Amino acid sequence: MDMQVSFLDRLFDAGLLIETGVDGLYGRSGQFEDVIAAFERLIDKVGGGDGAEAMRFPPGMNRAFFETSGYMKSFPQLAGTVHSFCGNELDHMSLLKCMEVGEEDWTKGQEATDIVLTPAACYPLYPTVARRGSLPAGGGLFDLQSYCFRHEPSRDPARQQLFRMREYVCMGTESHVTDFRQLWMDRGVEMMKSLGLDVTIDIANDPFFGRAGKMLVNNQRDQNLKFELLIPITSVAKPTACMSFNYHQDSFGLKWGLNLEDGSVAHTACVGFGLERIALALFHTHGLDVKEWPGSVRATLWG
Amino acid sequence: MNETIRELLTRVGGLPVAVTELEDGADLYAAGLSSFASVQLMLGLEEAFDIEFPDSLLNRKSFASIAAIEQTVSHILKAREAA
Repeated sequence: MDMQVSFLDRLFDAGLLIETGVDGLYGRSGQFEDVIAAFERLIDKVGGGDGAEAMRFPPGMNRAFFETSGYMKSFPQLAGTVHSFCGNELDHMSLLKCMEVGEEDWTKGQEATDIVLTPAACYPLYPTVARRGSLPAGGGLFDLQSYCFRHEPSRDPARQQLFRMREYVCMGTESHVTDFRQLWMDRGVEMMKSLGLDVTIDIANDPFFGRAGKMLVNNQRDQNLKFELLIPITSVAKPTACMSFNYHQDSFGLKWGLNLEDGSVAHTACVGFGLERIALALFHTHGLDVKEWPGSVRATLWG
Repeated sequence: MNETIRELLTRVGGLPVAVTELEDGADLYAAGLSSFASVQLMLGLEEAFDIEFPDSLLNRKSFASIAAIEQTVSHILKAREAA
């Protein structure tokens, strides 16, 4: 724990992350952003030739799509909804009075809007693709990046509440999407090695909620549905997941009505890069001053 | 017990086939049981038999077929009697 706090404090001291007063909500310096931009260019270099269709959504998504996604079944503790004041002038007066007195929670009167904070970059994609009708013969390949929200306040700089996720999502037959996943596991290891990062790949699970979640965890692990690429950031014993490789079987295909040209249900898989975590892994491994990073790493990123 | 399990399956299983058509040994996942439905089934079984599944039995195997569920529930009931 001390290690985590001290790494966060060092990041603050170096000005790479900027404190806001809320754990897990930080500003980033130009230098920090430059590392992320350079890493994204590396992703483009490695994956750009695959011809993915790029889409960028803001960090909020349609609440109706969020509800259909079933996120609240599995991760209610992580979700963030956007609420706004929807009252009249009188309500406004009560609100201001409430805020001034400070005894009552002024947010109680806020009402849910049609926007929910995006929990993973690919969430707005599935309904968007489903609206187009059947997937073309070769399936679909998409490139996404978004700030994502997860409500899990922490002093671990690698567990932020608002962070960026870059993703490739593949839709097609089972073998098509599992080949895609394997390809990116191999590519991910090579990419991190070229950056001088110490990586391992391990089977993983999502943080499903509650006792029922325990069963979903076991199911996910039994079926090898999720793998993570781990790099030590705040602990060598418990390295941090910097990439994840997920095979959804046909669950998203069934949920959203994603069909292949022959009418069969599409299987999907996604590979995600935790951009802040990768930047933090680089700063942790090579030091807080990028000018001091090994020449080969600098060349890979900025060469 | 078999009947209670079948009733629960009908109610929460969300299977595209009739539960009455399923053999005791039929693979429920192949029949369309989703992960989430299996969780609801687990919670329903806990209520119906007044039991609690230990973490070690919260896996796909325990719910793979009607026969497997019977075996799992019997195992928990027996363990409770023995305790």
